[in-house]
Amino acid sequence: MPELTVIETLFTPWQSLAGGVLIGLASVLLMLTLGRVMGATGVLASVLTPSAHPDVCWRLALLAGMISGPLIVLAVTGQMPAVEVPASMPMLLAGGLLVGIGVTYGSGCTSGHGVCGMARLSRRSIAATATFMLTTGLTVFVIRHVLGA
Amino acid sequence: MRLVSTYLIGLIFGIGIAVSGMANPAKVLNFFDVAGTWDPSLIFVMGGAVTVAFIGYRIVLRRPAPIIDAKFHLPDNPRIDARLLGGSALFGVGWGIAGFCPGGALPALGTGRIEVFAFVAALIVGIFSAKGVMALTHARAARLLRRET
Repeated sequence: MPELTVIETLFTPWQSLAGGVLIGLASVLLMLTLGRVMGATGVLASVLTPSAHPDVCWRLALLAGMISGPLIVLAVTGQMPAVEVPASMPMLLAGGLLVGIGVTYGSGCTSGHGVCGMARLSRRSIAATATFMLTTGLTVFVIRHVLGA
Repeated sequence: MRLVSTYLIGLIFGIGIAVSGMANPAKVLNFFDVAGTWDPSLIFVMGGAVTVAFIGYRIVLRRPAPIIDAKFHLPDNPRIDARLLGGSALFGVGWGIAGFCPGGALPALGTGRIEVFAFVAALIVGIFSAKGVMALTHARAARLLRRET
């Protein structure tokens, strides 16, 4: 069992609210222009299987925009946004694998279900969001306070 | 025009993710660690994003169609089934282990951090494994159905 890493972070309500408002705004603008929900899972999956998705172009543009986000933050503030990773490399790989399987069966993740679906009051998205928030919390508790204790 | 506007929407999303702290696994994991180093910031991300999307969708969806497409593409599957809940539960476990979700990790690729690339690579493997298994079970179900008729 590798050493448990916990990195403390500061409470940033205003910054997080501002970021959340931008995430919501982007979702609304995508609905206004292309009539689509903003889901990171769907964007990634369709970019990787272009033959199955004829309109892959706009998704590639969306993905390119997403990836440029931190660079704009760097250009404006002079600092790259913080990416502090408590997880070890094996945990990142195992976690990534589980997330990939989970979002494929669950048809969405935090952006698709958690923001867009919740905003549409979709019962399916509310059920999905409640489920993953619960299992994420349980997993963090087990890793930090049961296995790591 | 369509690609430029979609790129800009992705950019707004990516900046929002970077500013909010969703691209920072330490912050995400601390949000779930109520019993330890709790950081409630992500409540504000979710609150801001869902509120803006809730109001914005209500205004936008009054239009007969989006600006660039002929119709709105809204998910209309109402079923809450084992696949949705099981997939979402699994997604949560992976999110709790790694600290990245797809919507947080894709913009975080822009920071160039190796941990993000490792997570996204595993995420892609997970998505394709699940899609492969789904395709196999579909094919087998179709074969069985043909044999019966």
